[in-house]
Amino acid sequence: MAEKSWLTDFPQMDRDDLVAIRKSLDGTYRDFSREYGEMIEGFFDPLLQFLVAFEKLLVNSPWWAVLIAIIGLVYLVSRSWKLSVGITVAMCAVGYFGMWEDTMRTLSIITVSTLTSIVLGIPIGILMARSNRVQSIVTPTLDIMQTMPAFVYLVPVVMLLGIGKIPGLIAVVIYAIAPVIRLTNLGIRMVDSEVLEAATAYGATPFQRLIRVQLPLSLPNIMAGVNQTIMMALSMVVIASMIGVKGLGQPVLKSITNQYFTMGLLNGLAIVVLAIMFDRTSQAYAKRTNNRVSSH
Amino acid sequence: MTQATEVKPLIRVKNLYQLFGKDAKKHIHLVHEGKSKDEILAQTGHTLGLKDINLEINKGETFVIMGLSGSGKSTLIRHFNRLIDPTEGSILIDDDQDILTLSTKELQHLRRKRMSMVFQRFGLMPHRTVLENSAYGLSVQGVSKAERNKKATEWLEIVGLKGYEKQYPSQLSGGQQQRVGLARAFCTDADILLMDEAFSALDPLIRSEMQDQLVELQETLNKTIIFITHDLDEALRLGDRIAILKDGELIQVGTPEKILLEPATDYVEAFVKDVNRARALTVETVMKPAKHRITEESIAGALAQMRKMPEDYGYYFNDDGYQGVILQETLEAATKDGNTGNVSDEFMEDIDNISPSDILESVIPETLNTDYPLPVVDDKGKLQGQLSQSSVADVLSNP
Ligand SMILES: Nc1ncnc2c1ncn2[C@@H]1O[C@H](COP(=O)(O)OP(=O)(O)OP(=O)(O)O)[C@@H](O)[C@H]1O
Ligand SMILES: [Mg+2]
Repeated sequence: MAEKSWLTDFPQMDRDDLVAIRKSLDGTYRDFSREYGEMIEGFFDPLLQFLVAFEKLLVNSPWWAVLIAIIGLVYLVSRSWKLSVGITVAMCAVGYFGMWEDTMRTLSIITVSTLTSIVLGIPIGILMARSNRVQSIVTPTLDIMQTMPAFVYLVPVVMLLGIGKIPGLIAVVIYAIAPVIRLTNLGIRMVDSEVLEAATAYGATPFQRLIRVQLPLSLPNIMAGVNQTIMMALSMVVIASMIGVKGLGQPVLKSITNQYFTMGLLNGLAIVVLAIMFDRTSQAYAKRTNNRVSSH
Repeated sequence: MTQATEVKPLIRVKNLYQLFGKDAKKHIHLVHEGKSKDEILAQTGHTLGLKDINLEINKGETFVIMGLSGSGKSTLIRHFNRLIDPTEGSILIDDDQDILTLSTKELQHLRRKRMSMVFQRFGLMPHRTVLENSAYGLSVQGVSKAERNKKATEWLEIVGLKGYEKQYPSQLSGGQQQRVGLARAFCTDADILLMDEAFSALDPLIRSEMQDQLVELQETLNKTIIFITHDLDEALRLGDRIAILKDGELIQVGTPEKILLEPATDYVEAFVKDVNRARALTVETVMKPAKHRITEESIAGALAQMRKMPEDYGYYFNDDGYQGVILQETLEAATKDGNTGNVSDEFMEDIDNISPSDILESVIPETLNTDYPLPVVDDKGKLQGQLSQSSVADVLSNP
């Protein structure tokens, strides 16, 4: 009775065939990355330069100058004294516990990946809002990007570009870009049809409609998307550090492997400080725009 | 009002069809075959919006389109500036330009310079101030900020919103918001005004105020207004002509009087049944020709003339035209008194003249107080007709 029955066991593909498929796919991709890896790296070079320069600026400038700049921005965007003071205290604590440089590195990669997500995400969201076809393609793609475990797409990225900042950035953007796209799409689709009709009726071009009606009116939604994107980017810090992104993620990773509880906790708290800073600031801004845009 | 000289219509709609749905062109033949809206919907899932609309709209008139909810009013008005493209048909402007053949540029020009639109829910931009909203049409055209703000400020003052320039629409009441909508529409100097239930969202008092303001503005601006409403009183008040739509079909087009007095179908009749005709009609539409004319100069001659007539009153004319009403009993009394002179002013009845453009309601008391039909005299003193109690009773009682 050695014969297996398809009734008790799932009828499987032959083991050798599966191995062959894996081998040939992996091989093809490896060849592809050998062939084009450098070209693609070259393509990302300007982004890398920017990332490096921005990180250098944050790390090498005197700490107090950076702190003043950060708090200034927080205040300008949020208009809240309470938040500004709170962030100042928290950032001082972060520096006091010796995490200033790592925090600056993380701040740098989060800022750049958020900017990248916005620059890519808003146009995609706009296209999506204009065409139901595009929407029906993009939505499931975003679903996959958000639910696929990050490690899975880290592998091809690393195979293609090696370990370093750019692969880290790409991994973060893939994971975090979805909310900007979704909420830009939603925001534009929710613009009052009569307001849009009015713009058309007075002879506005499609571009004038987009810039002066649709985008301003969907700004609260877009801002909510940006906020979520930042939060998701922050949650990727530890994973990104596995492929060579320096910053607060690396000490956390080290503390896991070496069981350094306090070190993990402190660096984790520093990430939380960044998260609170981004979140409260962008929410305060979103609230301000929302008040003006929404009619009663 | 009615044109003195023969004018060519400014806008002509010819055989316009609108079938909503994916394969409208494929299924439009069903409409031509006479299938009903419901049948087409059941068979193809397409909604019949408009069916064989033919219209002519003259320059300077207020053309009202009326119908119940879902009758296709908004659909129709959105064709004039091509917010919707028809499935079939043509819309000619300035006699020969088919707006359906316009290029994108030309269409933009039409929307910017020739037509402006007022919306039922105002369609204001919540992120822009009242001033910016009013100037919107000009800003689309690239007019400089100083110039467009100047113009918008002027119009805001005319519509009674001086001082509100820096507010946002959400800070204004509905009536005020629609005034901004009006200012925006007038700001571009377009000669055609499209108004889709512009006053329907306002409460009755504000609404009637806005109607007055529109009438007043129209007296000096002389625009061509296409006005949509489902309210007959509003239609009668504003419209030079009224078109009635039902289920996407044009049922009747005509002057308010014509619609009221000669409804084309039971549907129109049901529509106009509850209207206060005394308030909607003018004397002109109800008066009859004044037949009984007295032209003899002497009292005896006049009396003889009157005795030949079936009635015991007459309208006296001499070489200077119409003079007044004389009653047979006055002439008989004068003859009895031995007066053998000529008819003079002292024999005329002492009554206030009524004019053809008077609202019927305003002359009802006088009509009831006199036994003979009242003379209707225009502002040049010419006798235009007579208004009798029975004509008034007829028009008010006849459903
Ligand atoms: N974009 C559309 N797609 C499908 N059907 C439509 C569309 N627009 C209008 N319709 C249909 O066309 C018909 C006429 O609608 P329309 O909005 O013109 O009516 P209306 O007379 O303006 O009514 P209301 O007084 O309620 O504004 C309705 O049956 C409506 O469902
Ligand atoms: Mg409508």
